[in-house]
Amino acid sequence: MKLFKIRGGVHPEDRKALAGRQPIEAIPLPQLLHIPLQQHVGAAANPAVRRGQRVCKGDLIAERQGAVSAPVHASTSGRVVGIGRYPANHPSGLSVATITLQPDGEDRWSEALEGAADPFALAPEEIAARVAAAGVVGMGGATFPAAIKLNLRHKYRLHTLVINGSECEPYLTCDDRLMREQPVEVLDGVRIMAHALGIEHIIVAIEDNKPEAQAAMASAAAEFAAVRIARLPNRYPMGSEKHLVLALTGRETPARGLTADIGVVVHNPATAFAVHQALRLGRPLVERVVTVTGEAVARPGNLRVPLGTPVAHLLTHRGGLHEEPARLIAGGPMMGQPIPSRRVPIIKGTNGVLALTNQEIHRREPLPCIRCGSCVAACPCGLMPLEIAARTRSADLAGAVRLGLMDCIGCGSCAYVCPAHLPLTQYFNYAKGEMAARGRARHKQIETKRLAEQRSARLEAAKRAKREALARRKRETATAEVPE
Amino acid sequence: MSTLTDAPLVAGPFAHARTSVGRTMGLVMLALAPATLVGLWQFGWPAINLFLVTIASVLLAEAACLWLAGRRVRAHLLDGSALLTGWLLCMTLPPWAPWWIGVVGALLAIVVAKQVFGGLGQNLFNPAMVARVALLISFPVAMTTFVAPTPLFSPEAPDFIGGLAITFAGQDYDAMTSATVLGQVRTDLSAGLTLGDILPSTYQLSQAAIGTMAGSLGETSAVLLLMGGLFLIVKGVIAWQIPAAMLGTILVCATGMHLIDPLHYLHPGYHLLSGATVLAAFFIATDPVTAPVSVGGRLLYGIGCGLLVYVIRTWSGYPEGAAFAVLLMNACTPLIDHYLRPRIYGRDRRGEPLDYRDQGRERPA
Repeated sequence: MKLFKIRGGVHPEDRKALAGRQPIEAIPLPQLLHIPLQQHVGAAANPAVRRGQRVCKGDLIAERQGAVSAPVHASTSGRVVGIGRYPANHPSGLSVATITLQPDGEDRWSEALEGAADPFALAPEEIAARVAAAGVVGMGGATFPAAIKLNLRHKYRLHTLVINGSECEPYLTCDDRLMREQPVEVLDGVRIMAHALGIEHIIVAIEDNKPEAQAAMASAAAEFAAVRIARLPNRYPMGSEKHLVLALTGRETPARGLTADIGVVVHNPATAFAVHQALRLGRPLVERVVTVTGEAVARPGNLRVPLGTPVAHLLTHRGGLHEEPARLIAGGPMMGQPIPSRRVPIIKGTNGVLALTNQEIHRREPLPCIRCGSCVAACPCGLMPLEIAARTRSADLAGAVRLGLMDCIGCGSCAYVCPAHLPLTQYFNYAKGEMAARGRARHKQIETKRLAEQRSARLEAAKRAKREALARRKRETATAEVPE
Repeated sequence: MSTLTDAPLVAGPFAHARTSVGRTMGLVMLALAPATLVGLWQFGWPAINLFLVTIASVLLAEAACLWLAGRRVRAHLLDGSALLTGWLLCMTLPPWAPWWIGVVGALLAIVVAKQVFGGLGQNLFNPAMVARVALLISFPVAMTTFVAPTPLFSPEAPDFIGGLAITFAGQDYDAMTSATVLGQVRTDLSAGLTLGDILPSTYQLSQAAIGTMAGSLGETSAVLLLMGGLFLIVKGVIAWQIPAAMLGTILVCATGMHLIDPLHYLHPGYHLLSGATVLAAFFIATDPVTAPVSVGGRLLYGIGCGLLVYVIRTWSGYPEGAAFAVLLMNACTPLIDHYLRPRIYGRDRRGEPLDYRDQGRERPA
């Protein structure tokens, strides 16, 4: 299939051989599962169980609330031993609302769960509703509730569903293994999603460093004319949704827009697998494949992990660590985030746990920018990272925004190639965060002003009403007193 | 440094390409080495003395400035930028120039052109070229006294002691001086001669290519410099746009003028192979700090450099104009970077979001 050129990008050493040869393996249950109620973009879920309550695997334990949210289910059978706060799998290490589950060791699925006999006979709305009820979110790391993306057909004229199997982050092999080992199930989920979206064309895009996954998906797709397999060149960030769509269709997503603006919806293979499970078996999203790798890990591999399992449990299961890692990362090395403590749980968006040595991260003290332009050449978005960084450092955020700060996708290609080892992504994240904070402050100010004006208008109205009532009563009294 | 650098690093990437400022500078020096060694061999002990004096002065000046500014002396000395500046400066000096030319040049380059602006990465103008131009204007005789090559250990070459005498004691070497091609042509053309009279007797292009002729230390071996430059392009240290645009522009200008009037305008081969053309195109105009960063900007900058080199050589009072050309274009770099930016993904050239009104989104009826 013909591919289109994307600009910039880098070729990091992929290091996928570390874990890529290991088949997906189940992991024994830990002592306790800490299941956070916020594992997705949007509002946190609301607890639906009591402390001490017994639950089966797949039982709803927290309901979604609000338009953008996702429910949370029990990852195994057992007893709810706590509803409280627990450190989040987030660099801040802050505590978030979490339900703690003590497994009973039986790992018994709830009997109430029932799949659809023929998902293709269901109405699109019904499919989206079941996906929403199963708590499926974007599993490539974005964790946006999948059902919302399945309902986009109301607003956009969609023509293509792209399955993003590029897995362009180095080290990670969870999608690769899933596509190699369960291509039929993944493809079934893909076709169910296409049905829900009312889309004819499906493209499964996989990078060339995963020939086995390409072959497996191609043979699973052989009988479906609507499904094409795209073989992508190895390049980071090929898996950036907007760049992937450009490479496949030759069309750019408008700035600040969605790929749906040009008729394309992108989903991840693991999301497709979760949709398959939800529709065929009625099983909600309670586990995911996680790549545990890095030179510091004794035996790197791919694990099927119940959500809420502590990171430490995964590391122990893979033989512990050779050495104290220089960095412990959730996700890939390019866009992943530091894990604040090994106690934190695996959540829906955790595709990897990386224990990296000093040798691997190759960190150095930053030097001044020498304006070599490597970052400009590497930026897939056509930005000039060095100029944006210079403005950020001099606190000229308006200047940074003018130069396209908000068009930055945070892929880290610029920082990866920077010979001065400047933490460019850090600067941009800081600037974006600061802009968001200013936006919130401005919004608050406007709201405060609006409310204050409303209040004074209300008081004024009340005063006026009172005055008028008084005047009326006076008039009435006057007329009453005057005899006819 | 702002408080940003002190904050704990929470954003990725947690992997890094095997790049560093020191590696970049090291590769440039590696690429310069063959031409430099040939140059040093050709011009013998005085050239070696001048080279060492210039390098030593540059490093001392850099260390002193860093210390005064309270910066990390070791880290910055090891990044190799000062060493490279000194090296490039020396490549543009007459090889038998006295020691103080090297010292004054080093101070001008490091103190005036680099550290006063704020050190590595902050200077607007190429330090080596600032120093060269300042020296040329201040000491025109010393800066334009060239010698014919006398390879090391050849009978007419000065020995070690003779070299010391030339570099440090100001010993006279009038008998050995020789003009550069461009210098000779400029002088003779002004005297009313035509190129038909001047060239055939004295110079051949092949000499210019391999470098067995009078000139600055690094201006001579065009072929070795070209190979070094191509090595840098292959290694991704410099982008092809600046050298290609600069050499292309010189070629086009020189060919055009030569076709119009072959008796007064030099054959393009001389423009490309003699003087500092190749050195400037691959090693000086490409100095990252003072050149634009976008593809379009680099092309424009290269074209500007080439045009200025040709104009200065042909119509100004100076036989060689690479240093002036680079400095003038350095001054344009901020402007070029401001106007010639890459197009941002999802936006048109003017920065407005792309609009697919006709195709993608279905407008509610």
